[in-house]
Amino acid sequence: MISLSDISPRSGAWVTPQMVIVAAAMLSAPLWLRSVGLYQYLGIEIAIWMIYALGFNLLFGYGGLHSFGHGAYLGIGAYAFGLFQHHVAVSLWGGLLAAIVAAGIAGSLVGAAVSHRRGIYFALLTIAYGQVAWFCAIKLHWLTGGEDGLLNIPRPALDLGFAVVDLNDNTALYYFVTAALFVIVVLLWRITNSPFGRILQSVRQNEMRAAFVGYEVWRFKWAAFAISTAIAGLAGGLFAMAQESAYPDVMSLHQSGLIVMMVLVGGGLVNFWGPVLGVVLYFVARDVLGAMTETWLLWYGLMFVVMVMFRPEGLAGALHVLRRRLGVPAALRRAPAEQA
Amino acid sequence: MALFEAEHIHKRFGAQVVLEDISLSFGEGEVSGIMGPNGAGKTTCFHVLTGHYKPDRGDIRFAGEPITGLSPQSLARKGISRSFQIMNLFDQSAVIENVMVALPEFRARRRQMTRSVFDDAALVEAAREVLDQVGLAARAWEPAASLPYGDRRALEIGVAIAARPRILFLDEPTSGLGAEATRNLAELIRKLRTRYTIVMIEHDMSFLFDLADRISVVHWGQVIAEGTPAALRANKWVQRSGLGELA
Repeated sequence: MISLSDISPRSGAWVTPQMVIVAAAMLSAPLWLRSVGLYQYLGIEIAIWMIYALGFNLLFGYGGLHSFGHGAYLGIGAYAFGLFQHHVAVSLWGGLLAAIVAAGIAGSLVGAAVSHRRGIYFALLTIAYGQVAWFCAIKLHWLTGGEDGLLNIPRPALDLGFAVVDLNDNTALYYFVTAALFVIVVLLWRITNSPFGRILQSVRQNEMRAAFVGYEVWRFKWAAFAISTAIAGLAGGLFAMAQESAYPDVMSLHQSGLIVMMVLVGGGLVNFWGPVLGVVLYFVARDVLGAMTETWLLWYGLMFVVMVMFRPEGLAGALHVLRRRLGVPAALRRAPAEQA
Repeated sequence: MALFEAEHIHKRFGAQVVLEDISLSFGEGEVSGIMGPNGAGKTTCFHVLTGHYKPDRGDIRFAGEPITGLSPQSLARKGISRSFQIMNLFDQSAVIENVMVALPEFRARRRQMTRSVFDDAALVEAAREVLDQVGLAARAWEPAASLPYGDRRALEIGVAIAARPRILFLDEPTSGLGAEATRNLAELIRKLRTRYTIVMIEHDMSFLFDLADRISVVHWGQVIAEGTPAALRANKWVQRSGLGELA
């Protein structure tokens, strides 16, 4: 059985070859998306969900904390962005900051309550808090617009000081979201290889031993929860901007389950890039299979079942095994400090 | 003055009294042993001394400071470390990572989120030194789960000593080991005794009598005898229990 610690490259670099490959693919996407039958808005959705999935995997894959109510924080971020635009000011940075802070605070509070639990109790509590948030979004009509959602959220312009970029253009918004994605990629890459990240992985593997070598285990679980929900908030803010609206549906149990599915299918349990693969596979399946049949979700569900049964490490795990069979050297197994 | 003292410790689970008025003390630089038959309360005693269980009554002091009821993480930071009878490692991590996470200098950087641990040559070197001590330097980058049983036992001890403790509790260190691995472990403990105060629970009497300076015999949740290995062999309570003959 392979695991995150087993195959994660141990590079301490700020930018890795994998990052360059993903950046090249993402930055060139507007040039080739249409030629393969896809469209620009899909690229925006994919980039936003990559941010969400990577943040979620800090908790799910690295922390081993199975949150099934994470949609709540995506939704809180979306509403916070919309409410900021409607009631405070039309501001890109203000709205995104509000999204991150609102989701981060909600996540910190819920995290403080759930991080003393583990396993099934942790999972059930995250579902319960997620459902509370979803219920509030539907019932607090005066604030959230109820089931109709928060409509007419503007896409504020990006003011760079020397130039103003109109984000109403989908290509411009795509590049903005992609830039945000790479900030998150670098941030999470550093976190997962930092002392904090390594301790989080140790907690996942053996909570008891982590306590006996001197760590307050719950603090690490809480911090991972808070960071992960703040990133979900950023994704939610970007999602509200892309959709120009915020709906309670993103907070539903179904939507929370979707991110778990994407991360698992992609191989988030065994590789940093697993969530990215999972998101691409889901959205391409939705659009390509969806164009062929209305029952595309059934086929996607069946693929999920097959994956769990035969390759539980997901796509990233399958690629790792393939690399090993082809004789490609395994991931770096020696510290850069030792190689010097 | 003893480095570690426990006085009048009581522990019960429901109606079952497991420890009844146990008092123990371990001198600095000594190797102390705790022995007794199965079900005598040795492991519970260890769990109480290392913070896994809180005692119902009694006082525990370490270097003169009261530590009764403190959590395992607080005790680890004060210099009390332990290994486990049932292997308790970070199995999916490399051997060196298991040790690195336990280092005090790594713990001091626990809030650091942007610097890669593998950029820090001093951390890697400190972990290597620990692996050298337990004879695992050559397997530093192998996953802990892939080690043979004897090496996993050595890594258990490596993780415990990586914390640079003043006192090291070893819970049945020979459990599951063959004769050769037991001899290697005895050699390792002889090396470690020059640096650490060691307390061992052990069912292998010859191993314990060979290494320990003082031994406490626990039976029916009480200390029935204590002294040097030679004194215990002559003790009538120990002879009556049959434990002395095993040594």
